[in-house]
Amino acid sequence: MQTRDALLELLLRLGDDCLILGHRVSEWCGHAPILEEDMALPNMGLDLIGQARTLYTYAGEVEGKGRGEDDLAYLRTDREYRNLLLVERPNGDFAHTMLRQLYFAAFMEPYWRKMCASKDETLAGIAGKAVKEMAYHIRHAGEWVIRMGDGTEESARRMADAVDALSIYIDELFQTDDVTDTLVAAGIAPDPSGLRAEWDRTIDMVFTEARLKLPDVSYPQTGGRSGLHGEELGHLLSELQYMQRTYPGMKW
Amino acid sequence: MSVVSIDHANAQKRAWNAAAAVPDPEVPCVTVADLGMLRSVEIVDNVAVAKVSPTYSGCPATLAIEMAIEAALRDAGFEARIERVMSPAWTTDWITEDGREKLRAYGIAPPVKAANSVRALFGETTVACPRCGSTETERISEFGSTACKALYRCKSCAEPFDYFKCI
Repeated sequence: MQTRDALLELLLRLGDDCLILGHRVSEWCGHAPILEEDMALPNMGLDLIGQARTLYTYAGEVEGKGRGEDDLAYLRTDREYRNLLLVERPNGDFAHTMLRQLYFAAFMEPYWRKMCASKDETLAGIAGKAVKEMAYHIRHAGEWVIRMGDGTEESARRMADAVDALSIYIDELFQTDDVTDTLVAAGIAPDPSGLRAEWDRTIDMVFTEARLKLPDVSYPQTGGRSGLHGEELGHLLSELQYMQRTYPGMKW
Repeated sequence: MSVVSIDHANAQKRAWNAAAAVPDPEVPCVTVADLGMLRSVEIVDNVAVAKVSPTYSGCPATLAIEMAIEAALRDAGFEARIERVMSPAWTTDWITEDGREKLRAYGIAPPVKAANSVRALFGETTVACPRCGSTETERISEFGSTACKALYRCKSCAEPFDYFKCI
């Protein structure tokens, strides 16, 4: 596989992860359980959408066909989206949302930290900023997972339900293929499979305090990286892309 | 040759001063130079090229700030261009001493120094109240009114205040 093709694919994967999760998180705006969370969630969404924008802009440059961030976000179909299945999962209740955030950030923080040493200067720069933001997300989501897991009977039940529902999507975080192998060999991107131990340690630290247990997953769900998504992504995109689909080429 | 370079240096200084005076739209007590966002201003082929490092990935003010710098350079008589610099990534350590003092006077606690260690984010930090100086403060919310701030409360003078997050 050509390094350039692999780089483009990786930028789309990362950009899609950030955009889709950022959009999901933004759906809480105006609906969060307390005022502080109503500020915190859109703030985290902004971090992610900001990261997506820089990744898409760079993807457009690497592709060299004149596509910019808006084209990549608004004019691709669900099968062209490369995001992890985890990030497209519906918000569910607050427990689901916070656990999804923790699972993702606990992976992305070490991922971006290693990416800071990338031979690709643009990616290293994006990583330098994102890693600090992800550290914030781990702390914020982690505190909520602990508070709910070790909280009331109801909050503990909801937290345990979230662990049951979302743990089948963990394996996909660490998946490798031609794209990741090519970029690891070129010194451009870290190997996701090498981050499992650190992810486990972070989750273990939180789960011990939260009195939660990671279940054994016998049938992990994958497919997002090759464009195979759940039904929910289509619904998300129909909202996200509504304006450009209804009024093609529309500008603010 | 030397005359040209003196003119060039003067023009460059004038351009820097014009760009450096642009205030942050969300925290207007500090300028883009105080925040360390304005990396450099150089005159290249008669165009003032300002290099700007964005603060937070999702800061909605980034574009407004770039446009304001461009406008300030034009007002000072330059043709202007903005270049966004991603690497090295901006850190709150780049806020000048002057900028930190202005933040404090404005009622925003400046970020704790040595932002470079990501792990330091997990440790407890002591944030001093910008009004009474007490270190008996508590965090109300990790996220505040803008992407760059968190909400704190002083237990000594009971005033709530913004803390400029350390990244």
